[in-house]
Amino acid sequence: MQNRFADLLARKPQGLLNLYLTAGYPGRHDTVPLLQTLADAGADILEIGVPFSDPLADGPVIQQTSTTALRNGMTLKALLQELQGIRQVLPDTPLLLMGYLNPVLQLGMEEFCRQASEAGIDGVILPDLPAEEYADFYQDTFRRYNLRPVFLITPQTSEARIRRLDELTDAFLYLVSGPGLTGGNQTADQGAQQAYLQRVAALNLRNPRLVGFGIADKASFDQACRHAHGAIIGSALLRALDGAADPHAAARQFVHSIRPAQTSTSAIS
Amino acid sequence: MSQYHPNARGYYGQFGGAFIPEMLYPNVEELREQYLDILADPDFQREYQLLLRDYVGRPTPLFKAERLSRHFGATIYLKREDLCHTGAHKVNNTVGQILLAERLGKKRIIAETGAGQHGVATATVCALRGLECIVYMGAVDMERQKPNVARMRMLGAEVRPAVSGSQTLKDATNEAIRDWISNPTDTHYIIGSVVGPHPYPDLVARLQAVISEEIRRQLREKTGSELPDYVVACVGGGSNAAGAFYHYLDEPAVQLVAVEAAGHGVDTDKSAATSVLGRPGIIHGSRTLLMQDEHGQITEPHSISAGLDYPGIGPLHAFLADSRRAQFLSITDHDALQAAQLCSRLEGIIPALESAHAIAALEVMNLKPADVVVLNLSGRGDKDLETYLRELQLA
Repeated sequence: MQNRFADLLARKPQGLLNLYLTAGYPGRHDTVPLLQTLADAGADILEIGVPFSDPLADGPVIQQTSTTALRNGMTLKALLQELQGIRQVLPDTPLLLMGYLNPVLQLGMEEFCRQASEAGIDGVILPDLPAEEYADFYQDTFRRYNLRPVFLITPQTSEARIRRLDELTDAFLYLVSGPGLTGGNQTADQGAQQAYLQRVAALNLRNPRLVGFGIADKASFDQACRHAHGAIIGSALLRALDGAADPHAAARQFVHSIRPAQTSTSAIS
Repeated sequence: MSQYHPNARGYYGQFGGAFIPEMLYPNVEELREQYLDILADPDFQREYQLLLRDYVGRPTPLFKAERLSRHFGATIYLKREDLCHTGAHKVNNTVGQILLAERLGKKRIIAETGAGQHGVATATVCALRGLECIVYMGAVDMERQKPNVARMRMLGAEVRPAVSGSQTLKDATNEAIRDWISNPTDTHYIIGSVVGPHPYPDLVARLQAVISEEIRRQLREKTGSELPDYVVACVGGGSNAAGAFYHYLDEPAVQLVAVEAAGHGVDTDKSAATSVLGRPGIIHGSRTLLMQDEHGQITEPHSISAGLDYPGIGPLHAFLADSRRAQFLSITDHDALQAAQLCSRLEGIIPALESAHAIAALEVMNLKPADVVVLNLSGRGDKDLETYLRELQLA
């Protein structure tokens, strides 16, 4: 079975940049073109946010982009349809769908997995689907469609539980940087954050580790990458897109602010 | 064990569970591991029972409402939860949860509130025990329940407006959950209804069960039988109904009637009648009946009553509806207002708008003269006076 996460890690073992984009934001039809721009500019992994009316784990920025996307008319069904051609433009970039459980259940987990798999999606993040429910009810379906779940880990997650989550996937582990929501300021206690990332690094887990929540710029990205394979940025990118006359230029500029332009990949776009 | 108790994973039939992000896992797990032991602890029980008696004012009376009985052509008893300290049943739960929070070593209390009754009840026990209290309330609800906002502030609580979505109970609950995610170690979240992830629905139901425990005893003293023909209660999330039904769940001779808010009517887009309009879905960590669109987006409910303005119901109630153990009725804004006036004029009791929905249901239950009905009068109407005066054109 192809595993684009493992393939990526073999090519590039460190400093992975994972970017989150709310589907249907800023414009209803921006999603696939913007994903392409982000990849061309240097993103290593892309997370496609499925907008939801009540995103419990998200801060104000993603709440707002989700509301805008829903007003723009984005739905899970429409998104899955739009993504059907994406592998023609992005053959190798690992792609994830990130969203909440309810819209997925209304479509039906089997149907969701089937369409995601047909589009070439690699992984799924459903923060309100606990690992126990996943293991008991959905693991077989995910495997059948070659989809990998991504589980969140926090500074409060016990070692035993981290190891259990590590066993359940072969994508990556999502290390929530500290207490708080997406887009929050997690830099308050750098010492505690580094100690936590080091502690998890020392567990010698099977999966690579990406740090998310509160990663907003080059400094916080580099800091997070010191004890992890990479980091995830969402709210800061969405803030950069907010009101931009040319979202593609804004997206490119944002990626280059984290990671200076790499001529080999960004020349054509 | 009764089928109306949740299983180890928190399920009532297909409803319940704990669909929470990992950030909440340690808190919820800690609660799940400890709540039954703490509730059963003699020291906890002693303190809880003492506070219920001397602070809340329990037992609350079971009052035979003679003129309502004549009006509806059956024997109507009102369980007077409106006489609880703070004016509603909500305090039964907050007294229990504050003692639980102390035993878990928590220093900071958060809560959501719709009508403000749960917020006031939480602010009250936090003042009593000297704990910091933050209450999230929808901005729309803050406007329509001003007296309760003022009471919370007087009690020393911070009231934070929820400005997302419909700015009502659902959004206040979202904000409280986000606060809990951001404060994972020192904070206890006192949920006000039988909603949320396991073990909350069971925890809150157990703390409200004192209502039906008392009803059984009081009804036996008055009629010689513990079993009425009907127990009637309004349902938003469903905590007062859970408490009134609890000790009757395994008594099939007792018909349980849950009354939801129809808003402008269940055939309009302004309603909160979840059992009619909802489909299974996930809200606030629980799989339950949920008002949502075809894409799984949660829709905005409507009720004139802030306490019933919620797009879900507790998973126990979803199970009672699904299994037909309880009969679900829905009452419009208009009929609830009329019932509030009726109860005020016939019994000298101004009910909360929420409880007025239960009173209005008596009209459509086809009661027979021999029927004995216990209606849970969950709260008093002081907080709703502005609405009553405006809507009933009494001002």
